[in-house]
Amino acid sequence: MIKTDALIIGAGPTGLFTAHQLKIIGLDCQIVDNLDKIGGQCIELYPDKPIYDIPAIPECTGEELTQNLIKQLEPFKIKFHLNERVDEVKKDSNNWEVKTSNGTKFNTPNVIIAGGVGSFEPRKFTLKECEQFENKSIFYSIKNKKIFEGKIVTIFGGGDSALDWAVELSKTSKVNLIHRRDEFRGANATVGKVHELAKSGKINLFTKYQLSGIKGSSNLESVKITHENNEVKTIKTDYILGFFGLIMQLGPIAHWGLNLDKKTIEVDTEKFETNQKGIYAVGDICTYPGKLKLILSGFHEGALAARACFKLARPNEKYRFEFTTSSKTIKNRLGVKSD
Amino acid sequence: MTKITYVEHNGKEHTIDVQNGLTVMEGAVQNDIPGIDADCGGSMACATCHVYVKNDWYDKLDEKSEGEDDMIDQAYEPKKNSRLSCQITVSDKTEGLIVYLPEKQV
Repeated sequence: MIKTDALIIGAGPTGLFTAHQLKIIGLDCQIVDNLDKIGGQCIELYPDKPIYDIPAIPECTGEELTQNLIKQLEPFKIKFHLNERVDEVKKDSNNWEVKTSNGTKFNTPNVIIAGGVGSFEPRKFTLKECEQFENKSIFYSIKNKKIFEGKIVTIFGGGDSALDWAVELSKTSKVNLIHRRDEFRGANATVGKVHELAKSGKINLFTKYQLSGIKGSSNLESVKITHENNEVKTIKTDYILGFFGLIMQLGPIAHWGLNLDKKTIEVDTEKFETNQKGIYAVGDICTYPGKLKLILSGFHEGALAARACFKLARPNEKYRFEFTTSSKTIKNRLGVKSD
Repeated sequence: MTKITYVEHNGKEHTIDVQNGLTVMEGAVQNDIPGIDADCGGSMACATCHVYVKNDWYDKLDEKSEGEDDMIDQAYEPKKNSRLSCQITVSDKTEGLIVYLPEKQV
């Protein structure tokens, strides 16, 4: 059980700056994120796209913004729990008990949800029958590639994950690669490699086809694919892999007893607290009259939520507002020399 | 103003006057048409404003943006006439456009 003054859910720009604000006022915090890297939407959706409305930064990319925020947090040695999704938030006397998908447990008076549009999850096949084979014969990510050795693997998708795995698995398995159109969106070199392997018969390539059915009882036996022009093919297969990118889902947050408005959480504008004391929501995931979904709004919301956390984390102390330019205490926390 | 018709998956039709220069996505969001999420706000970074364009309209619209098909790969049940509504700009040329909304976006 990890005890902390505040737990932040989401390592996007808002979560990162909220951590900065908590540390500046002397509280400790840890951050959980379901992605395998820091940066949230900025890094997952638009790492190379320019942003023009961060105050005092005329132009930067999602990746640059993330790097700068990480740099700003460096003095504080924040503990990140990546690849973990917060599944449970339960009241425990005065604190919140939080459990992640990996079983990590936290006990904290403050939970700050900086979850953007929810957690990133792989997009799955829409065919209902696929569910019963999930994690047995149908996978959306690969943990152990050994299970595919000598088997027939049918891969769906046209991006880097689909192509990289098609190339890799073609060394030890019989690979079918199926994509809804002729063009692939993967790196040029990998696309070239796939076409080469298709030519030499190491990969069976089917384009303009999509999944339309599966057959099997305890094990998967075959997959049915349908061409744009409605022609149907049945292919024998042992495994199916689907790589259709990530989608964002509110996920377990919907079950924590918070007042929701569509996919957002209602908060007040003084503390950015939800209807549950000690649970705050900041950034894109919160809503209130006049809410703007801008990164700069997330920064403001995080700064205020951090001050609200102080009261619950240090009930016997009085919070004193200080400027970073003049406060010796803050400079000590930042590890910089005071004049 | 240009008339755009959004048809929900359940068949319910909404014909809306959308200001020229806005996108079909913005027309839906500003008029609270259910079924278009537009999570990324129109930066072509998600695929949650996915629509099916009525067949005879598909070829009449301007060509897809670069990268649009890459995102459509990641949409819910993409089809031949799939588009991202954030990449269709409303103009006099789109008067009477009909788009069908998928069963869901995520």
